[in-house]
Amino acid sequence: MKARVTVTLKSGILDPQGKAIEGALRLLGIEGIASVRQGKVFDIEIADGDRAGVETALKKAAEKLLANTVIENYRVEVLP
Amino acid sequence: MKSAVVVFPGINRERDMARALKLISGREPSMVWHADTALPPATDLVVIPGGFSYGDYLRCGAIAARAPIMDAVRAHAAGGALVLGVCNGFQILCEAGLLPGVLMRNQALKFISRDLFLRVERSDSPFTRGYNAGQVIRVPVAHGEGNYVADAETLARLEDDGRVLFRYAAPDGSLDPAWNLNGASNAIAGIVNAGGNVLGMMPHPENHVEPEMGCTDGRGLFAGLVEALDRAA
Repeated sequence: MKARVTVTLKSGILDPQGKAIEGALRLLGIEGIASVRQGKVFDIEIADGDRAGVETALKKAAEKLLANTVIENYRVEVLP
Repeated sequence: MKSAVVVFPGINRERDMARALKLISGREPSMVWHADTALPPATDLVVIPGGFSYGDYLRCGAIAARAPIMDAVRAHAAGGALVLGVCNGFQILCEAGLLPGVLMRNQALKFISRDLFLRVERSDSPFTRGYNAGQVIRVPVAHGEGNYVADAETLARLEDDGRVLFRYAAPDGSLDPAWNLNGASNAIAGIVNAGGNVLGMMPHPENHVEPEMGCTDGRGLFAGLVEALDRAA
């Protein structure tokens, strides 16, 4: 089983890195982009366990380490 | 003052900190490895120094904050004993949940390495009793992620409870955004926890303690701690 945890900055949190990327995209002449927010993706291989158990474990992983919930949101997906 | 300096892989200011502690307290601090699970007996002050623990992987301080020694640091803090985190140490204390908020990338995206001026907001804390309230001290900073951020409610609580001990200021002590180089909320350079026994700060007081360093403005912090502990004893 594979899973993916996506961590994104909460809205309202300033993202200077996203802003820098936004500026670079503009310099490259890529048009139509209003704004960029940078986040993180964790691709995780699951050793064993059922779907519900894996989801619970990954939520715990996200809460305890992968995301800083002061500034970040996370999403857990168990992939087929 | 019996102090312990916690060392994580990637930390690089632990020797500066140990030197300052020895110089001012007269006692060699213990160096405690991150994989240890206990602090030396009768430790008065735990210091988490600056550097780049775990290469700043994931988030600054995130991995160090979950190291085995941190349970002992948490217990030490919970008992009301003193904890000081400088630079990466401040980031680690925030990630460990011992202090609120988080240190984000500097607003201008640049690593800042220079002397800055701090206004001491109050002198009735064990960390600042060596200074006068309103005094301006010159202390070096060296960080890429020192932009203190917390939600409005947390900031209001920090301000209402007088938990901001140091703010970035102009040399005359006035608050000027031009001197708040990393863009920190409310120009916050250092805060304490609700109990007032855990301080996190981005600037490096340990690097301004000897005349050879060009400035001794950082001494007051350590001298104040020694005095606070002597009085308590």
